Amino acid sequence: MTTIAIPPGMPQYDDEPRYDVAAVRADFPILGREINGHPLVYLDSANTSHKPRQVLDVLREHYEQHNANVSRSVHTLGTEATEGYESARAKVASFINAPSVDEVVFTKNSTEAINIVAYAFSNASLRADADPRFRLGPGDEIVISEMEHHSNIVPWQLLAERTGATLRWFPVTEQGRLDESGLTDLVTERTKIVSLVHVSNILGTVNATARITERVREVGALLLWDCSQSVPHMPIDVVDMDADFIVFTGHKMCGPTGIGVLWGRSELLAAMPPVLGGGSMIETVTLAGSTFAAPPARFEAGTPPIAEAVALGAAVDYLTALDMRAIQWHEKQLTAYALDALGSVPGLRIFGPDVPVGRGGTISFALGDVHPHDVGQVLDSLGVQVRVGHHCARPVCTRFGVPAMTRASFYLYTTTEEIDALVAGLEQVRKVFE
Amino acid sequence: MQLESLYQEIILDHYKHPQGRGLRDAADPADRVAEAHHVNPTCGDEVTVRVATDGEVLHDVSYDGMGCSISQASASVLHELLTGREAVAAFQVHEAFVALMSGRGQVTPDEEVLGDGVAFEGVARYPARVKCALLPWMAFKDAAARAGVGASPTEVKA
Repeated sequence: MTTIAIPPGMPQYDDEPRYDVAAVRADFPILGREINGHPLVYLDSANTSHKPRQVLDVLREHYEQHNANVSRSVHTLGTEATEGYESARAKVASFINAPSVDEVVFTKNSTEAINIVAYAFSNASLRADADPRFRLGPGDEIVISEMEHHSNIVPWQLLAERTGATLRWFPVTEQGRLDESGLTDLVTERTKIVSLVHVSNILGTVNATARITERVREVGALLLWDCSQSVPHMPIDVVDMDADFIVFTGHKMCGPTGIGVLWGRSELLAAMPPVLGGGSMIETVTLAGSTFAAPPARFEAGTPPIAEAVALGAAVDYLTALDMRAIQWHEKQLTAYALDALGSVPGLRIFGPDVPVGRGGTISFALGDVHPHDVGQVLDSLGVQVRVGHHCARPVCTRFGVPAMTRASFYLYTTTEEIDALVAGLEQVRKVFE
Repeated sequence: MQLESLYQEIILDHYKHPQGRGLRDAADPADRVAEAHHVNPTCGDEVTVRVATDGEVLHDVSYDGMGCSISQASASVLHELLTGREAVAAFQVHEAFVALMSGRGQVTPDEEVLGDGVAFEGVARYPARVKCALLPWMAFKDAAARAGVGASPTEVKA
């Protein structure tokens, strides 16, 4: 291996923040498991991540020591539970550099977060006195892209059906990048909201936000980024990003399932009508009518996922202690290694960017004509867990002319040895099917 | 878990050399012909099964599709087992195959009835793959019903 000296004064290789991967892996009990007689090789973190003991301990401690309902009790446990829940909100806010804690709405997941925005549009469209930015009708347009997860397609299709608005989308290039060549024709004065994936869950592409943001501001539309695959993997700063809304989910970032986040600018959340009605989201209720609480409570009807929120706070602590920049660097190195290693497998075709630039550690591929189900099954017999199928992004599969793909995705605990195990497993697949 | 129990030689052979693949017109113009297209939404596998029958005998069970080895081999076996059979007998085979696949590996298949279909015994132990194996058989059931044989019309999807 040759080393190239970087001139003094330039950023040095050793300046990149790092952590001890073996020590990190020891925090994740499940990584010690065996699958079908082989050590577990978990390459499905884009689907869901594993949870470190630190998060699991907080989850258990909440139920064992502080369990009560939030925001409605004067007793000690109720106060402790409320403090736990609200301090988790503060941790999340700080993690994404939200200007105000009240801009963080806890949801069930990213899907629910996107639906809250879509239904706010829907409900505003029924009221003449609603904020015009949220009112949609025939002639108005919603813009998404061909590389969206179904959760950022279907809510907008349904919204378009309800309001008569038109749904349009950015195409994807052969290299798996967002095709911005039609940006000015696609995002126009008719556009009311642009909702795009930040990092593709299937191609791994990291979408550049600057040009799109500039155009969205120019036409006065709103901008939502689906950050489900970016918040767990890189530092995200909503101010720097200049977004209107971002959504993400806890279970992909070392947190539990059942908890997600909608972040929105204060004044936008304040302008949005409620979506789910019920307890906790009201100001006063009479049988004749109700008034509603300010955000975030307005969008958190009913008893929220309290323990899950508290544990998400612990996950944020865990990630922060490791340093998101170190996680990003670790995954960049893994991605470079994996793209090289997979490139050595005969007959393997990578979908999406084949260089470790502007892409994350999620790599989808085809192995000759072998169906992904069969690839996944043989890999599973060797302990290697990958996702197969259309990855809830069927339009991407259609775009590349395949019914399904095999996907390996990495996280902060993934090692190069695991990528070697994947490559060895693919040799086995070839033996069985070719 | 033994991979060989899933990917038996017979299955791989049907996958690599599918029998009777391709949708065909009826040889006898008097036959009733109907087809059904089924999709497995979780993996994107697709199969179309077409049945040509005079109401008594299944003159042809043809198919086309794309998908994993299990679903495609299963379609090949379906064709081999049911083409030329009387409808009543074909549905006995259908029932035996569905029972085998629903048996979680606890059902011993009868080779007299299922022929190469017995090779799918191992698939029943992989819950994630049972749907792959059943895909062409469920499409067959709908196609047959549309051609006027077999299942009650209430089960026919529009």
